[in-house]
Amino acid sequence: MSYHDKYEAVIGLEVHAQLMTQSKLFSGDSTAFGAEPNTHVSPITLGHPGTLPKTNKEAVELAIRIGLACNCHIERYNYFARKNYFYPDLPKGYQVSQHTTPICKGGHVTIRTASGVRNVQLNRIHMEEDAGKSIHDIDDNNTCVDYNRAGVALVEIVTEPDLSSADEAYHYVTELRKLVRWLGVCDGNMEEGSLRCDANVSVRLKGETKLGTKVEVKNLNSIRNVKKAIEFEIDRMINVIEQGGTITQQTRSFDASNDTTFAIRDKEEANDYRYFPEPDLPPFRLTETFINDIKDAMPALPEELYTLYHQQYGLSEYDAAQLCLEKETTDYFNEVVKFTTNYKAASNWINGPVRQYVNEHKIAMDSFAVKPQQLAEVMQLIDEGKINFSVASSKLLPALLADGSKAPIQLATELNLIQVSDSNEIENWVAEVIAKMPEKVAEYKKGKKGLIGLFVGEVKKASKGKADPKVVTTLLEQKLSG
Amino acid sequence: MFSFSSIEDYVSALQNGETTCEDVVSHYLSVIDSNKHLNAFLEVFADEAAARARQLDQDRNNGKPLGKLHGVVVGLKDVIAYKGHKLSASSKILEGFTSIYNATAVDRLLQEGAIIIGRQNCDEFAMGSSNENSAYGNVLNAADNKRVPGGSSGGSAVAVQAGMCMISLGSDTGGSVRQPADFCGIVGLKPTYGRVSRYGLIAYASSFDQIGIFAKSVADAALTLEVIAGEDDFDSTASKEPVVPYSSLLNSSNYNGAAPKKIGYFKEALEHPGLDPAISQSFNQFLKTLTAQGYIVEPIDFELLEYIVPAYYILTTAEASSNLSRFDGVKYGHRSAVPSEDLADFYKHNRSEGFGKEVKRRIMLGTFVLSAGYFDAYFTKAQQVRNILLKQTSAIFSRFDAIISPTVPTPAFELGSMNNDPIEMFLADIYTVFANLVGIPGISLPLFTHPNGMPFGVQVMTSHFSELALLRISEVFLQISEK
Repeated sequence: MSYHDKYEAVIGLEVHAQLMTQSKLFSGDSTAFGAEPNTHVSPITLGHPGTLPKTNKEAVELAIRIGLACNCHIERYNYFARKNYFYPDLPKGYQVSQHTTPICKGGHVTIRTASGVRNVQLNRIHMEEDAGKSIHDIDDNNTCVDYNRAGVALVEIVTEPDLSSADEAYHYVTELRKLVRWLGVCDGNMEEGSLRCDANVSVRLKGETKLGTKVEVKNLNSIRNVKKAIEFEIDRMINVIEQGGTITQQTRSFDASNDTTFAIRDKEEANDYRYFPEPDLPPFRLTETFINDIKDAMPALPEELYTLYHQQYGLSEYDAAQLCLEKETTDYFNEVVKFTTNYKAASNWINGPVRQYVNEHKIAMDSFAVKPQQLAEVMQLIDEGKINFSVASSKLLPALLADGSKAPIQLATELNLIQVSDSNEIENWVAEVIAKMPEKVAEYKKGKKGLIGLFVGEVKKASKGKADPKVVTTLLEQKLSG
Repeated sequence: MFSFSSIEDYVSALQNGETTCEDVVSHYLSVIDSNKHLNAFLEVFADEAAARARQLDQDRNNGKPLGKLHGVVVGLKDVIAYKGHKLSASSKILEGFTSIYNATAVDRLLQEGAIIIGRQNCDEFAMGSSNENSAYGNVLNAADNKRVPGGSSGGSAVAVQAGMCMISLGSDTGGSVRQPADFCGIVGLKPTYGRVSRYGLIAYASSFDQIGIFAKSVADAALTLEVIAGEDDFDSTASKEPVVPYSSLLNSSNYNGAAPKKIGYFKEALEHPGLDPAISQSFNQFLKTLTAQGYIVEPIDFELLEYIVPAYYILTTAEASSNLSRFDGVKYGHRSAVPSEDLADFYKHNRSEGFGKEVKRRIMLGTFVLSAGYFDAYFTKAQQVRNILLKQTSAIFSRFDAIISPTVPTPAFELGSMNNDPIEMFLADIYTVFANLVGIPGISLPLFTHPNGMPFGVQVMTSHFSELALLRISEVFLQISEK
């Protein structure tokens, strides 16, 4: 399908992220997921007559936090508007939203793809309240509505039409999800719907400056689906054009069972939302102190740490990126390197056996039981030649996990893991092995130098892993060449 | 036979053992019963009020400290939420609805020992000036049963007028407390926007609505305001401005604020063609009396008069169209028995059957002025008028202590006489909507009697949160007019 090369795709993403506030955006109701239907519903959530909203300050803080992380301009003067429409899961008949006057403007999210590093431009981030959930499939004759979700605080993060491939979109959502989790803004759980993504996709001939007719694809409940849906859409649209057709402005939904999209609505319904400023909430002004306090309380961002690890600590791009996958990992790494300057070793440990352990046990890095200082001590033991890496990771680490109360050196000693570097003792083992394998020794002496590994292994066995491999190798070479 | 003069006298009668809350409640229940034809109450909480009265009597006899409104018998306009009680806004759309929480004002009344005796008839969703828009029938003016009591808080005004309760709480979006107070010859106070929490007040127009007070005297209004006013965690538009002890400072000579001396009036308002000649005459005479009493009374140039009613109706209907969207038959209230083809059909049936004519008119008007293509021409313009008015208001209060005007251009009119002319009905709000557009407090004082026998009064307005000055000057005006 080479004709695809004539076209380019223009993609914009709208991501809704539920903020990790304890209570809803305008009421004290709990936001916990998975409760019995209609149990987190006060008269305010239900839109009972006479009730009024009250803005949750924590939600404003979280919105600013993600805005600062994305380098947005933070709007100092803010107000909410009402978006009016009727739907059963919208209790008041309007949604309170900042749609027209977002709290965060502009900004970008940095992504790394095979073709390099670049900033995806954002249009805005605004706050709004979530709607309830209409459930159509549990009662034959009725639609049931669960209002637990109604009023939960959301931010909508909207990019400019600045993405050009499904792969970029994939990386953008991955990065954004990492960022909202990193900042404690949103749990990023796409399956539970706390992070939701809609994609606006259009295609045009390369060189064309006008945007093509766009299609909005909804119901993308995993990052994989974002990618698959966009891939499908681009392909579908190009084919339509190539066959002489025109693209109709549509809202489409993604069908994950076969990775295709289908139309839900042909062209935008003529909805007039009659936005006007929400009179129940006075406009609010953000002070510099308020914003600076949020800024000061923010953790170091993945981009900053990546640069630090790569440029200051001398880690490879790959190692640095691996460490920066989750905030918990960088937190752990940052603690470890308070006790050691062997950054490379710390990175190898964390990206290696530590990550393997947490993955196997399905725990988060911040639940990993070995204290950063202990891990640094293990690394120290290796550096000092008292134990080797493979013994440390296969024996000492499990021991530390089982009993964190003892110092690594103590545990290693108790378990008899301290390797022997004393030549006298090692010489005995070496002599023992050489005596045991005369044929191999003869072969070696004839020039089959590769056998050295075998001898080293045998010495290791004889010493029960305690012999320092470096000393063993040197001694073997001496004896065998003699 | 109990005779109510003021809360202060009533409470001392209770303390002297001259009467009991129980006797007083039974007195009011019998007055309500003998005035059923006025249709002021939609529901009377007879047993409950009597039980509460007994409890209060017992508490008093046991020496418990008395609340500020101990034993005070209060009626609620049926747009104010009272937990466990029906709440209808005089609309069929809320048929069978019971509030599951208390309005903040109601909480505060109860905390201070008030007895809530019933919920009062009003124009549907507080939309109207004659109480002829209630799904539960007209309310009659006790001074002349052929005439309207005014609206929208008609039932609440008549209840105080006819001695069916001591105090009523109403709501005032464009004059809905002051105008019926004027028509019924009682005191009607609309506090500053945000002085009293709106939590639990069914919204008509959120940026205009304010709970107001009907009373026989300024002192009773002052005391009630003191109880219900103040900041509220449940209403972010409620002001944090501290509440002044209005009742004790009302007549206090220790009050260190300057006595209001400079009174302004809108010249254009008095030249208004709709102004009743007898009202005009009495009002002008009163201005002369004030001058004679040493007040400086001066006209205020006010060229925006003709804009205020249109601006008011554009903004209030816009907000109303959105505020009333929640009444959709999904969660509570009226649901049509007519089968629906689809969701839009379902909404149409519920709302067409549930809302009355005037409410529909205002929802449609409001929807129109917010629509794409009309928003700037209507809503934005009206918002600009409001902003200009706000600026002018601070200019006015830099020169004057109070603004005075008739409350309404005409006395209470006959039932049915205005039904075919909504515009004329709207225009009659000319003197009252100003206070709501700019958020200042206003009061209607019963000073006069029309040659036709009906009472009418004057309206006094002061600057934001200067209720104390407003109440004090009101006391003086009432004394002056009695001389």
